[in-house]
Amino acid sequence: MDTPIVEMARISKRFGDLQALAEVDLTVHKGDIHALVGENGAGKTTLMNILYGLYRPDAGTIRVRGTEAHIAGPRDAIALGIGMIHQHFMLVPPLTVAENVVLGDERGGPVLDTRGIEARVAELEKRFGIQAEPRAKIEDVPLGIQQRVEILKVLYRGSEILIFDEPTAVLTPQEVDDLFHIVRTLRDEGKTVILITHKLREVMAVSDHVTVLREGRNAAHLVTKETDPRAIAVAMVGRELRDIRVRPGNVGPAVLEITSLSAESDRGGLALKGVDVEVHAGEVVGIAGVGGNGQSELAQCILGLRKVTGGVIKVGGSDVAHDDPRRTRQRGVAYVPEDRRAEGLVLPFTLADNFILGRQDQPPYARRGILQGRVIRREGERLAKEFDVRPPDPDVEVGTLSGGNQQKVVLGREISESPRLIVANQPTRGLDIAATEYVHERLLEQRSRGCAILLISSELDEILDLSDRIAVMFEGRIVAVLPAAEATEERLGLLMAGHVEGVPA
Amino acid sequence: MEVLIGAGVLAATIRLATPVALAALGGVVTERSGVVNIALEGCMLVGAFFGVFAADKTGSLPAALAVAILAGLALAAMHAVAAITFRADQIVSGMALNILALGLTSYLDYQLYSSTGTPPTIPLVPNVHLGFLEKVPVLGGAVGDQSAIVWVTLAIVVFLQLFLFRTVPGLRLRSVGEHPRAADTLGIDVRRTRYWAVLASGALAALGGVYLSLSVAGSFSDNMTNGKGFIGLAAMIFGRWTPLGALGAALVFGYGDALSVSLQGVEVAGFVFPVQLLSTIPYLLTILAVAGFVGRSRMPAADGQPYESEGH
Ligand SMILES: Nc1ncnc2c1ncn2[C@@H]1O[C@H](COP(=O)(O)OP(=O)(O)OP(=O)(O)O)[C@@H](O)[C@H]1O
Ligand SMILES: [Mg+2]
Repeated sequence: MDTPIVEMARISKRFGDLQALAEVDLTVHKGDIHALVGENGAGKTTLMNILYGLYRPDAGTIRVRGTEAHIAGPRDAIALGIGMIHQHFMLVPPLTVAENVVLGDERGGPVLDTRGIEARVAELEKRFGIQAEPRAKIEDVPLGIQQRVEILKVLYRGSEILIFDEPTAVLTPQEVDDLFHIVRTLRDEGKTVILITHKLREVMAVSDHVTVLREGRNAAHLVTKETDPRAIAVAMVGRELRDIRVRPGNVGPAVLEITSLSAESDRGGLALKGVDVEVHAGEVVGIAGVGGNGQSELAQCILGLRKVTGGVIKVGGSDVAHDDPRRTRQRGVAYVPEDRRAEGLVLPFTLADNFILGRQDQPPYARRGILQGRVIRREGERLAKEFDVRPPDPDVEVGTLSGGNQQKVVLGREISESPRLIVANQPTRGLDIAATEYVHERLLEQRSRGCAILLISSELDEILDLSDRIAVMFEGRIVAVLPAAEATEERLGLLMAGHVEGVPA
Repeated sequence: MEVLIGAGVLAATIRLATPVALAALGGVVTERSGVVNIALEGCMLVGAFFGVFAADKTGSLPAALAVAILAGLALAAMHAVAAITFRADQIVSGMALNILALGLTSYLDYQLYSSTGTPPTIPLVPNVHLGFLEKVPVLGGAVGDQSAIVWVTLAIVVFLQLFLFRTVPGLRLRSVGEHPRAADTLGIDVRRTRYWAVLASGALAALGGVYLSLSVAGSFSDNMTNGKGFIGLAAMIFGRWTPLGALGAALVFGYGDALSVSLQGVEVAGFVFPVQLLSTIPYLLTILAVAGFVGRSRMPAADGQPYESEGH
């Protein structure tokens, strides 16, 4: 067998008390697309940060093209032809695409040769079939394009080994397809790709080999062609996954009734142009759609977080369109926001405090305006156990928890009040499969209890798995509502792209 | 008319704007790199004092200017160590250094010159006489006889504008102020960039201080900068963190100041204009600028945030 292009052997890394990596091996061959998978906190990013020189390993060796490498910083990694496309984009928003690509390696004299730079970037784009306007400012382009800029940055530095850290988490399905097209082109050009992802479907679609990490250790090394998603999932989670399937439930009276709802977007202009939708007790209605077609605005309107400019929102028969969030919540509306770190949690607060947030001024948590620390702590401890938050420590700062555990805190707080309507916006974004499974189970449990659920998601799998009915949103309107049994991925995909049904093909 | 746009008012505008502009330029450089340096006021003050001190001791103008700038650099270096290396609160560090500068200069001034006052024989920064402008109305009087430092300031504005937006180091400096982690991952040394930027801001502010003492006043007096460093920071905001904008804002502020002098006692239709109101113009403008009324005014995204590189 030829020499592997990257060979990481017995890599260990501690953060304080936490053994993030314990004697992990990773072997990658040239010209491969190598998937690195594992649950949240398994150590994937840490391992790649070590390869890229952002962290020093406590022990272990790295060989690149057969020679031992001491990578003390990104500069060393770049010199070895290693490039990283980070989980959180590392772009400077006010600078242009071209400037971001060349930053740190501008070439030419101290005077900025803007034209030359733009020409070089355009040339690079042509070679790898990547499109992005070199003169556009980063702050003005969508996430999918920003990611291309990250890829261009790495290619510009002549990288042979490209690390992608969860590149698809923030992309729309169309953007994901475009990305994988680019990734395959890169492989055909002889580049080596290491791809971190949670989505098994993506692993199966593009990778050649799979390395699975679990709790900082090697759990499996597999050849994609010789394995199946189930085997990978078992290696990741350490057990069989439960099969979630929605059985038709007992649908009750309408809980949420929205008619001709309109609202403006943050930038001005209409985000919602007359939305009609109903959700009944004991029913999950999935809102499918490419992100940015009004889904988030819809959720915000229901919660009273956005001004409604027209139409009616009824919860349990009473109009809440112009209520503030507090009153809406008192009517039994729970909200799992899109961005848990910005909207759902107060990151520097403790677990217990976050659990009671929103009820902090009511007994038993407060008496005569004074917070009851002990009661809050005990409740935090109880909920942390009930919702399987790890660590179940009521005093831990929520910001230090992993994404999956943070989401459990949000979900736990919202459903512990037995709501009659849950509005969940992208409830599993960035979560690993076990945490996703957990969130799904909890939502379905609420449904069986008779709760109405409005589920907004750009993950078609999630929509198809959980919904009783599916509404497709496009440019601020609901363009179709289908019973789940009649929905297929293809049909939804077309509707999401704005193809109106009934027009014969 | 004369009191509004006469040569006298315009010349005074330039005189009053120059130290503010220099502090503002310092602010632009340091904040573009992501470090807030309110010690610019103090840097100005030590520049003003040590310029006079060195002029007195050596009798040499170049030496005086060098010592003044070194004093500004020294104070800025302390801020850099606190803010960048020790990631201290930048406002607290800046304020502490301002107090230090005020105490130190007042003390030394008292010790050295309390009985005699600043010696009248020290070398001063010469004015540049533009003879060919003498006959031109208004303009001749406004710019024909300004300190050499005024012209140096103008050159610095042009240089910084080009440096920040048209050169590779300028691009890197801006990237450090906007997204230090991104810069770091690309091999740009965030700390070093910020150190240079803070030092440069100290030198610029000190030049503003020495302008006050060795050009305008010809002497040093206690707390002679009197908040000009802070007004410089306001001009920086008003000028949207660009050198040209900062100069423009400093001129507006200077004009407001000049008017408050020239309108003193002027009667319009039996109404004496309250000059105190005019001297509030710079502050009103600043509040408007900060509140976003004067177009989009966005500060560098990582401004004032200490940077800690990961891991290791
Ligand atoms: N800089 C750090 N300081 C302390 N702990 C850290 C640091 N970086 C990571 N960790 C911890 O190390 C563990 C592994 O984290 P890592 O980010 O590598 O996980 P991951 O597999 O990338 O997870 P995810 O899928 O959520 O991105 C986690 O428990 C995390 O909290
Ligand atoms: Mg990660």
